[in-house]
Amino acid sequence: MVATTQSEASPIAPATTAERPAKSGLTMPRHLLIFLQAAPLALVLLLFLLLPMLVIVVVSFFDYDSVQIIPSFQFTNYIDVLGSAVTWRTYLNTLRYTVIVWAVTAVLGFTIAYVLAFEIKSRTAQMVLFLVCTVPFLTSNIIRMISWIPFLGREGLLNSTLIQLGLIHRPLEFLLFSDFAVVLAYTHLYALFMVTPIFNTMMRIDRRLLEAALDGGAGWWRTVFEVILPLSKSGLAIGSIFVVTMVMGDFITVRLMSGGQSASVGLMIANQISLLQYPAACANAVVLLAIVLMMIAAILRIVDIRKEL
Amino acid sequence: MAATLRRIILLSILGLFIAFLYGPTLTILVLSFQGPDGGLTFPMNGFSFHWFRRLFETQAVGDFGGSITRSFALATMVMTTTVVVSLAAGMAFRRCFKGSGALFTLSVASLIIPSILVSLGVGLLFNELGFDPDWYSSAFGAQLTWTLPFGLLIMFAVFNRFNRAWEEAARDQGATSWQSFWHVVLPIIAPSVIGIALFGFTLSYDEFARTLLTAGSDNTLPLEIFGMTTSVTTPVLYALGTLTTVFSFAIILFTLVIVRVLAAKRA
Repeated sequence: MVATTQSEASPIAPATTAERPAKSGLTMPRHLLIFLQAAPLALVLLLFLLLPMLVIVVVSFFDYDSVQIIPSFQFTNYIDVLGSAVTWRTYLNTLRYTVIVWAVTAVLGFTIAYVLAFEIKSRTAQMVLFLVCTVPFLTSNIIRMISWIPFLGREGLLNSTLIQLGLIHRPLEFLLFSDFAVVLAYTHLYALFMVTPIFNTMMRIDRRLLEAALDGGAGWWRTVFEVILPLSKSGLAIGSIFVVTMVMGDFITVRLMSGGQSASVGLMIANQISLLQYPAACANAVVLLAIVLMMIAAILRIVDIRKEL
Repeated sequence: MAATLRRIILLSILGLFIAFLYGPTLTILVLSFQGPDGGLTFPMNGFSFHWFRRLFETQAVGDFGGSITRSFALATMVMTTTVVVSLAAGMAFRRCFKGSGALFTLSVASLIIPSILVSLGVGLLFNELGFDPDWYSSAFGAQLTWTLPFGLLIMFAVFNRFNRAWEEAARDQGATSWQSFWHVVLPIIAPSVIGIALFGFTLSYDEFARTLLTAGSDNTLPLEIFGMTTSVTTPVLYALGTLTTVFSFAIILFTLVIVRVLAAKRA
């Protein structure tokens, strides 16, 4: 490996730090080293993110028939997307899922993060419990969805328990393959993406502020809502961005948990792809991406997350 | 006392949340040991390893052995690449460089763009260029767009808390920058680097949407499992779920042990 010249960069890394003479061995100019360090990331993102997105935009203007894509420049695909009532309903349904799941995970994520950050006093217990909450998110999403079947099904655990308790006489049909199941699965899958950033922000809150609030006569609710909540906003925003983008783009959860009874934009795109209607899928993808980016811009407009980065 | 009651309620909410996270997985773990006549729900109809044995018969499941081998190889490739590339980029981002803002924006965009779009885009790109998509080429690249930004964000968190005095001390003692990286910086950040490796491996091993349109003709394990959900209606599905979950837990446990050993060595 090659030895290099590096300056003692100040913590804020000014671009103009003076070069220091090399001490020994082969040297590499500093900017070349930085270039070599950053180039692989840039290359992967250019090849597998930027270029594919460009292809999607280009193909969204193409024509197609039942067997092939025909290069062209026309707006038919967009007119088809925006002019169809089915598409509008699907978009609205996806938005509905997103809003519900966002609200549920935000309240749940804030509560769990609060308990972890403020109610658990021991540092070790805090880390162990955080890890316990994290581990399921490193296992397969599909398996975690399937695992609801024996729980929610007609003859599932929940129904048989309720019948045994005498609370219901016939099995509840809405538990599995329904909107309820979809929202439940989303919450199960994505709650951690809310918990983690909020927990991180909360851990940075100066505990003396809470003592000051309590000393000043604020009760627990006021301390939570007027001190902790405003100070956790950036974590809440980061979590919201994750949850919103994942639910907006999802198709597998809707497919598995609604049993084919509900639609989402992602599912519509996946169906168009399986019918080889690539230009239509691409036009849908562009519209979806535009909506997701607008939603993120709205979140960033409300909350400044820069201090988190 | 109101405060004690509140504490009890809050701690029970955390307890219920953990039960909510683990409960369903535990039920399929139990149900995968159904007897040969058992179904997809309770009650248990005997206890057996029948469905685990079925898993290894080729006719029961598509290509279980092949898909798990591919998934393991792909996860290892993604893990190694993610560690090296995000570590290098993390080092680069410690200084301002031309284009750092654009590269950062692109990395964040990579997290935000829905997976299905990456999958579609990469698949189409390979088609347009006349390459056959394959798990080791197009799927590999598509998964990296998900794991690399995660790795980079972890590196940011690490270097924000990193005390440069150690490095400077090493250089003042005459270490080259490579020596100071290898003998000073890397040992200090090692636990986080292992964390990135764990993320890279598990995110790849379980990735579905980004692989769907990019894996070509050979399935990875999540694709195989997804195929099974529509066609298989026996507990063999649960046996497969149990097996992959146990495997994921083993990887996580293994990683935690390494981090503990490293921490103990440093203390």
